[in-house]
Amino acid sequence: MRLSCVVNGEEREAENVWEGESLLYVLRERLGLPGSKNACLQGECGSCSVYMDGVIVCSCLVLAGQAEGREIVTVEGLAGEGGLHPVQEAFLETGGVQCGFCTPGFVVATHDLLSRNPGPSDAEIREALAGNLCRCTGYEKILDAVRLAARRMSP
Amino acid sequence: MTRAQTTPTPTRVGPGPTTFSPGGIGESVRRPDGVPKVTGEFEFSSDMRLDGMLWGATLRSPHPSARIWSMDLSRAEAMPGVRAVLTHEDVPGRKVYGMETPDQPVLAWDRVRYQGEPVALVAADHPETAKRALGSIRVDYEVLDVVSSAEEALAEGAPELHPSGNLLRHVRIRHGDAEAAEARAEVVVRGEYEIGMQDQAFLGPESGLAVPDGRGGVDLYVATQWLHVDQDQLAESLGLPHDMVRLTLSGVGGAFGGREDLSMQVHACMLALHTERPVKIVYDREESFYGHVHRHPCKMRYEHGATRSGELVYVRASLVLDGGAYASSSTAVVANAARFACGPYRVPNAVLDAYVAYTNNPPCGAMRGFGAVQTCFGYESQMDKLAEKLGMDPIELRLRNAMKEGTRLPTGQKIEGPAPVAELLEKLREMPLPEGPGGGTRDLRELPGGVSNTTHGEGVVRGVGYAVGFKNVGFSEGFDDYSTARVRLSVTDDGPLVEVHTAAAEVGQGLVTVEAQIARTELGVEKVSVLPADTRVGSSGSSSASRQTYMTGGAVKLACEAIRRRLFETVAERHGEDPEGLALENGSVVSDGRFVVALDEILGAEPIEETVVHRHVETFPLDEDGQGDADVTYAFSAHRAVVDVDVELGLVRVVELATAQDVGKALNPQAVEGQIEGGTAQGLGLALLEEIQVRDGRVLNASFTDYLLPTILDMPPVRTEILELADPGAPYGLRGVGEPPNISTPPAVVAALRDATGRELPRMPVRPEALVGIADGPPRRRPQPGSAGYGTLGSLEERRDQ
Repeated sequence: MRLSCVVNGEEREAENVWEGESLLYVLRERLGLPGSKNACLQGECGSCSVYMDGVIVCSCLVLAGQAEGREIVTVEGLAGEGGLHPVQEAFLETGGVQCGFCTPGFVVATHDLLSRNPGPSDAEIREALAGNLCRCTGYEKILDAVRLAARRMSP
Repeated sequence: MTRAQTTPTPTRVGPGPTTFSPGGIGESVRRPDGVPKVTGEFEFSSDMRLDGMLWGATLRSPHPSARIWSMDLSRAEAMPGVRAVLTHEDVPGRKVYGMETPDQPVLAWDRVRYQGEPVALVAADHPETAKRALGSIRVDYEVLDVVSSAEEALAEGAPELHPSGNLLRHVRIRHGDAEAAEARAEVVVRGEYEIGMQDQAFLGPESGLAVPDGRGGVDLYVATQWLHVDQDQLAESLGLPHDMVRLTLSGVGGAFGGREDLSMQVHACMLALHTERPVKIVYDREESFYGHVHRHPCKMRYEHGATRSGELVYVRASLVLDGGAYASSSTAVVANAARFACGPYRVPNAVLDAYVAYTNNPPCGAMRGFGAVQTCFGYESQMDKLAEKLGMDPIELRLRNAMKEGTRLPTGQKIEGPAPVAELLEKLREMPLPEGPGGGTRDLRELPGGVSNTTHGEGVVRGVGYAVGFKNVGFSEGFDDYSTARVRLSVTDDGPLVEVHTAAAEVGQGLVTVEAQIARTELGVEKVSVLPADTRVGSSGSSSASRQTYMTGGAVKLACEAIRRRLFETVAERHGEDPEGLALENGSVVSDGRFVVALDEILGAEPIEETVVHRHVETFPLDEDGQGDADVTYAFSAHRAVVDVDVELGLVRVVELATAQDVGKALNPQAVEGQIEGGTAQGLGLALLEEIQVRDGRVLNASFTDYLLPTILDMPPVRTEILELADPGAPYGLRGVGEPPNISTPPAVVAALRDATGRELPRMPVRPEALVGIADGPPRRRPQPGSAGYGTLGSLEERRDQ
């Protein structure tokens, strides 16, 4: 099938998509956007998190066909013209990145959290990020990153 | 944003603005690969693609033990879109591989020895086509008896997995005179302990891209821990000379030991050479559980004898490790388990036997902590048991027996340099305890089990536990352990540039950051570029054994020093300066702070390049009594765990983990903290959550739905105290950092659970049923405030009485 959707603000089309492909597969293998990751492929790790029409989803659990006509934003679409998004900057600065495989998912999930709740408590941060697995950091520096980003983004 | 899709660009970010994060050693310098990692542009091994690329897939045995009578590939071969179907007959060279003992078939022929063993390969245009082709292959298996535990394997008359028998290695250590010492022991404690099979569970799945060169050779871009040991094994099994099998490290999504052995490397190269097209293999999570080795399950029997004043007199221990179907690094793991079986204590007499056996369980090998994790749980459980029997504070008992500089291990090896066991424990003791469970204002989310807890916390009891652990840094027992670094100093249009080229694997730990910091410090040049790791430079050894900053960092330092010497000779010659007084600062040569000449000027168009091999001090094999200076040096850490346990529901909330660790010198303090916090999390996982459950050789939980990793809700705040007591033999005095936290966390958590519940808890991970006594018999005693000598808090009921 042919798939058309808006990805990171651009109209994109993919040809010859097999009906069983996930949105994650199409993003990674057909649209040249491998930033969304493939750690578990069953919705447990959050590494494939993207926005679909403004709602955060595990793109490994979304069939490609379900994205037809929708608006997708991936981790590649978060940095602006002027450079990194404050969430990305904060992950870098606090040491919230080690191997980096979970990072895109955490960046998207944090971006989503702070857009809904600009001043989250630690308990709220933990709750919001409980669907993202990290195997390297022990989460301490990720918490630091979210707190820092929240401080910087608050008006 | 679109990406170039035509070249498999090496992953490590090459020269460019993001590479130059200022800062030398001792500073929390940002990762040079950090920007692409937060934007999603960093290329992991599973992200690579080339036009015309095929997808490789692996058929695996559903049986843990079976004979293969025949295979029918015809349906797979006839399937449209399938480009190759290969079996053991297509392995061009040696049909087996293995880092130390080549006993593992590249593709099984005649027998399979564990569930998930690779049997056949497919390359196809689409991954789904490849998967369907695998499903169409008919294999005629005759299912055989399963050897499902190490004890079974070592029992009389057990079916033999390999011609060499089921005993893979027995390490025997005899130290002092334990029999004579028994008479002096006034108190004896015995215990049996068990630890389950932990998985590394790195998030980036096994993956790589093999690209044929059209001349019979192949380039492999792969996520691994040790490029050269992969290359050695690939050359053997592909039947090619080394220069026709070239490896480049691609982005590695974590490793923790699980990438030391081969997974898809030979398979992808075979398919690429056969089809003459690039072939990518990416495991999914289930396959990843079958595709790499795990931490050895271990059963331990201990006996500790002490005087009434708490002085250890002797230790007897028998350790049995389940090696699974193939050798991997089991022979080294079991030796670690044996050497560190008494813990970081002065033990004058010891009788230690450690065995590792072949079974039909998943193969086990390297995982962070490498044998020392298992025994730390054993000896620290024993120390608590002994303290209780003596009526002594468990920290006091540990302090009384703490190893220090000059102490001899049971191997006879003398500890050179600081062994700050007592200091670490004192640091922990000084740290304030977190506030107790807060009365009526308690947030439901803070209950064990969170909001899923159906009570109001009336069954919640707090416990506190301590543990201290240690292990070797670098490879032991006479292994020729070295690292190579090539460093080049040149002048570009933008001024002086240092390029660092090694084969050392950046697996997330931050080695690339540290390499650049060292070069910046040693050569006084701001711009340092760390080149992609590949096999065009000599081996750096493995990113394991907490060794890479020590070994490759040390090699970079030596190479920089060699460059500096050459440079200073030239400066001395041309400017009449005493080379001894010269130094490098901010791109200039200075003498006592006085400017002599700019690097641009002195180097001109002639770069200086040095390639240096760094070896650590020689180590020696153990003799028949387990005696010998087998280790380079050691690293120590201690943990304190504070837990809340709902003793009726068996739910746990870890309230805080505090740790003290000696790192010798923190080259990058933020990265050191990251290692400590991450290792602590993996330790919490082992204590409470993580186990590959195997029944009759079959894995029951090969997914992240069923294999539980700690989430951000499970991990408490980590309070960290870092000591920097220089190791006299090490570059900058540094010690390895990565493994110790994974060693001392699990026993501290279990000690805290025992403190809260009063139960023995001899096995970890500790399950809820053990905490409520279903699996573990009734409690030995009712919890008493401070009963184990730790906390001051008992059950809620008791606190109300106080």
